[in-house]
Amino acid sequence: MPQRESAEHRRAREVEETADDAPAAQQTNETLDADVDAILDEIDEVLEENAEDFVKSFVQKGGQ
Amino acid sequence: MSVHRVMGIETEYGIAVPGYPTLNPTVSSAQIVTAYGQHVSPGGDRTGRWDYELESPLRDARGFDMSRADADPGQLTDDPSMANVILTNGARLYVDHAHPEYSSPEVTNPRDAVLWDRAGVEIMRRAMALAEALPGTHPIVLYKNNTDNKGASYGCHENYLMERRTPFADIVRHLVPFFITRQVFTGAGRLGVGQDGRRLDYQISQRADFFEVEVGLETTLKRPIINTRDEPHADPEQFRRLHVIVGDANLSDTATFLKMGTTALILAMLEAGQLDDLDLWPAHPVREMHAVSHDTTLGHRLVFANGRRATALEVQQELLARADVFAESSDPLTREVIEAWGAVLDDLAADPDRCADRVDWVAKLRLLEGFRERDGLAWDSPRLQLIDLQYADLRPQRGLAARLEGRGVLRRMFTDDEVARAMGCPPEDTRAYFRGECMRRFPGSIAAASWDSVVFDLPGRDALLRVPMPEPRRGTREHVGALLERSADAEALVAGLMRDAG
Repeated sequence: MPQRESAEHRRAREVEETADDAPAAQQTNETLDADVDAILDEIDEVLEENAEDFVKSFVQKGGQ
Repeated sequence: MSVHRVMGIETEYGIAVPGYPTLNPTVSSAQIVTAYGQHVSPGGDRTGRWDYELESPLRDARGFDMSRADADPGQLTDDPSMANVILTNGARLYVDHAHPEYSSPEVTNPRDAVLWDRAGVEIMRRAMALAEALPGTHPIVLYKNNTDNKGASYGCHENYLMERRTPFADIVRHLVPFFITRQVFTGAGRLGVGQDGRRLDYQISQRADFFEVEVGLETTLKRPIINTRDEPHADPEQFRRLHVIVGDANLSDTATFLKMGTTALILAMLEAGQLDDLDLWPAHPVREMHAVSHDTTLGHRLVFANGRRATALEVQQELLARADVFAESSDPLTREVIEAWGAVLDDLAADPDRCADRVDWVAKLRLLEGFRERDGLAWDSPRLQLIDLQYADLRPQRGLAARLEGRGVLRRMFTDDEVARAMGCPPEDTRAYFRGECMRRFPGSIAAASWDSVVFDLPGRDALLRVPMPEPRRGTREHVGALLERSADAEALVAGLMRDAG
């Protein structure tokens, strides 16, 4: 017989786990947010130079 | 029920030669395929033939039967659209519709589906570098996306082996609402609405706007939500191959994992009749497919034929609750899919941005919003369109999804070493093992191969010898590993197979 874990139980367990993991999770989110600016700077460096031309010239033949 | 079943992913990659937009993409695609083929099999012009023979010989209990193929060894054609390589990992790399395509080997679970799909990405990356080194070629760039935003779309198709006895009407009835609503976590994000991307708004799916009918055989025009192509590449009495064409090509491992895993769960419940009482048929399926994709707030409420209304997340929660009840509790991978499914739905409901580490459309949207805010860009800014495109760029330096992975923002499921191994080694628990190992050990003796055959060309024999493999779960390491180990050459292997087949 399949072990039933109701959505309620699952949520309850997750809340518990979330509580345990809260500091780590929060820290991760903050790191991610702080990262956004750094990521944008990094992307500035690698974006193709003439955006408009590059996007225009990306023409594909249809596939499946 | 569980997430375990034979499955695979075939991906057509976007292809461009920056600065040379008039080059023939079929020729460029062939350069990609050929460059990789020559790399893995130097001088091996024999390893690339696809066996189109359609005969279905009798099979014995082990799934093997010997038959003499009528096929002429033939000659390699110079037609670039015929470029084709069968890889030692059991995959097929070839040119399809002016795109290079990687069809993964058959695997038995969603985790392996991600690994060998990911191997395909690395194979394409390697092929880009190898093609660049060929004399007379310009650098080719590949994209794991599904549209050029100018009217063209190309696919990332999923394949699932199903029991033939499941009525097709039931498959349609349950999969249509599932496919329409799973977009909330499978969508790869697209800046552009409409097939030609005329309206510059952001939507969840690359692919949704290209679907025009509910059910049909087409894959290149009037695309149907449920594709009826029925080539099982297996015993047709027992199996059907469900060919799913609605999915986006995902860059996120987790998105691919969820896509394959949740679909496998729905199929398992469907086959077991565990969804029979559910009535989730939308009043206008195609319209709802587009509407769900166009609403990044996830607030859109679908209208069902029975008058009920619910959001895509609510439909998914309902299906998840079902799966939670019926799934085998003892199977860790099935539990992992259910937990990941629940987590992504909960996070999408609370704040989609929480899924920027798992869901492609959210990860991309975060970048777009970041640039909009920092630089005051409107949605019609070419720079934002470039970000949409470059997210899927396979070049490790230029590709934005690759950069996000490099920073640990987008989660990865496998290490570089695991992926590198899967580029050369087949899964061990399907017939892909036999195909891949034959290509690795005896490339000079293989005249052709396909999903369900390997054709040997042995010295001293006039005719080719075709080994059919109608059983996807035969030809595994357990099944033929020992025989392969003790076979010094292809003749010994074939003799061993014949002896075993009696």
